[in-house]
Amino acid sequence: MSTSQKTLEALANRDYKWGFVSDIEADTLPPGLNEDVIRAISAKKAEPEFMLQWRLKAYRHWSKLERAAGEPKWANVTYPPIDYQKIVYYSAPKRQGEGPASLDEVDPKLLETFEKLGVPLAERQLLAGVAVDAVFDSVSVATTFKDKLAELGIIFGSFSEAVQNHPELVQKYLGSVVPYTDNFYAALNSAVFTDGSFCYIPKGVRCPMELSTYFRINAAKSGQFERTLIVAEEGSYVSYLEGCTAPMRDENQLHAAVVELIAHERAQIKYSTVQNWYAGDAEGRGGIFNFVTKRGKCAGRAARISWTQVETGSAITWKYPSVILQGDDSVGEFYSVALTANRQQADTGTKMLHIGKNTRSTIISKGISAGRGNNTYRGLVRISPRAANARNYTQCDSLLLGDRCGAHTFPYIEVGNASSVAEHEASTSKISDEQLFYCKQRGLSTENAVSMIVNGFCKEVFKNLPMEFAVEATKLLGVSLEGSIG
Amino acid sequence: MLSVRNLSVGVDGKTILRSLNLEVRAGEVHAVMGPNGSGKSTLAQALAGHPAYTVTGGEVTYLGRDLLAMPPEERARAGLFLAFQYPIEIAGVSNAAFLKAAINEMRAARGQEELDAMEMLELLEKKLSLVDMDRSFLSRPVNEGFSGGEKKRNEILQMAVLEPKLAILDETDSGLDIDALKIVAQGVNHLRRTDNAIILVTHYQRILNYVEPDRVHVLFDGRIVKSAGKELALELERKGYDWIKEQPAPVQPAA
Repeated sequence: MSTSQKTLEALANRDYKWGFVSDIEADTLPPGLNEDVIRAISAKKAEPEFMLQWRLKAYRHWSKLERAAGEPKWANVTYPPIDYQKIVYYSAPKRQGEGPASLDEVDPKLLETFEKLGVPLAERQLLAGVAVDAVFDSVSVATTFKDKLAELGIIFGSFSEAVQNHPELVQKYLGSVVPYTDNFYAALNSAVFTDGSFCYIPKGVRCPMELSTYFRINAAKSGQFERTLIVAEEGSYVSYLEGCTAPMRDENQLHAAVVELIAHERAQIKYSTVQNWYAGDAEGRGGIFNFVTKRGKCAGRAARISWTQVETGSAITWKYPSVILQGDDSVGEFYSVALTANRQQADTGTKMLHIGKNTRSTIISKGISAGRGNNTYRGLVRISPRAANARNYTQCDSLLLGDRCGAHTFPYIEVGNASSVAEHEASTSKISDEQLFYCKQRGLSTENAVSMIVNGFCKEVFKNLPMEFAVEATKLLGVSLEGSIG
Repeated sequence: MLSVRNLSVGVDGKTILRSLNLEVRAGEVHAVMGPNGSGKSTLAQALAGHPAYTVTGGEVTYLGRDLLAMPPEERARAGLFLAFQYPIEIAGVSNAAFLKAAINEMRAARGQEELDAMEMLELLEKKLSLVDMDRSFLSRPVNEGFSGGEKKRNEILQMAVLEPKLAILDETDSGLDIDALKIVAQGVNHLRRTDNAIILVTHYQRILNYVEPDRVHVLFDGRIVKSAGKELALELERKGYDWIKEQPAPVQPAA
């Protein structure tokens, strides 16, 4: 192995500075999953009957799948079987009475936790123009700027609140894009999900600030099953961002989320993710299994949905943020950076399902593999027979750091009519010794050179992130590759 | 400033430089000329510390330090600059970001504070005019989609911005039209001061019409076979390199 290769290997080692545990008293259900657990969760959340029934249907469907074949096995990842009876499905910080009415009443330890994560919840300290919903284990603990948004008719807050305050909206849209029958993890999530964010933008309203949810897993042995639902009415606009971290633990923890987006006529939803769940250590011990179903529906004409994701964490990532392009002239976009270092595995990509006429989709995927990381792009572009003049452009680039990592691309392209065009470009490259030498000759350290080259590789994706988060993502990649040289 | 003694360098097990000697003092411009395959680029790359070039013998002292013991980035931070014959492309990284990173590394090495965005822009604007380029040049990715001439001018821009103590230009003049050549020459002359030195590695005499060298060396078969004043370049231009090959290898005069 050459010296520069060794250095690259060393760079793949990483420090995880979000790995602390908060000592917070929790209200926790015992591990295990059965109908009683589902009923208990629903009762704890004082849900209306339709929710309980929906959960039970999902649970029965999931049980059937589990008995038949178990979890899906087609992804290009390997891991030991998950014992679903050992997972804790509900863990919430204990609270007094009805729960906090305002930030002043939130447990200071929780505020401290989010402060430490760089997500201050006190509004005066917030990044200007970003509203945050903070989810800690199974529940949402605080939402900022809620009143200000309400003046515009925007509903933004925890899913649990939405179930209480806007059951008609929840009932109308829940499962309308990702039905509980969609897949194994979507069924599991539908049965046991405990909280998440809900967002509703009324007709013609342009949401004046970035909406954001910060997910934090804290409790041991617990899974996180959140559900996010965003509805953008005709002609509205919203930009939404989620971030996530978890403590460092030797056991794997399951995160199985569902995100549903609905964009009506001429509405636009931008959804950005900076995923930094704990990735496990250099030997592959511990880390989050991130098995997530994300899908948006361009329900009306000229609707637009874009997914931007920066995936640097998790032991295993399995997610395919997709867009159903139902409305004519609608647009779907997917911009992704996925980094796998150490023994991380990612099988990620998107599905663009063209149904309406003149629909367009763009897919830009950047995979970075380091250490013994294994990175797979899997994408489906399906253009239905009636989607005349549909267009797709796909670009998949892989960057390899070192010689023990892997990059794979599995594109599926199905074009059902003669007037549509699908383009696919792919490349695989390495950071060359020449590039490194050039940077070093200009005084850059190996670390800075690699970080600069990697960030350059990701630029097309980063430019789609809201500014504050693009800076964050750039730093995160630097930190993720930062190593223990010498 | 630079003292190269009995330097031998190989690539892939093949010996290229054989006991080469070279002395460069502050304030001097040296031209290293020679036919293709004589080892000109090997000398440039070896001095900059390219990992593919293995030093098999000899020593190099640079500003009183053992150059060969320094990793490439240390050499750069100590003011040794190499203008590449084939500048490398870095996709997605703007020229401005690259220059900023380089400048701040150099400043950190000198114990200076980082430049802020405004100071940086001011500095870059000044240097851009030197290589006759406009501001849009800064936002383009490093060398990506650049013409040959633009790449070479970009090297000169970097040199002008970083203000090295010892600049080694590896055939920067090759393949340039006369206007680009003048711009490169202007960049070199701008750098020329009593406290720094320049080594021009070149195949042709042409650039020496614009940059007057103090010494001209002829490299042949991995050795400097002739050293003289600027008139040697004109003689080479007239007679070609063949007559040099007949000359016995002289003993390099000690500095």
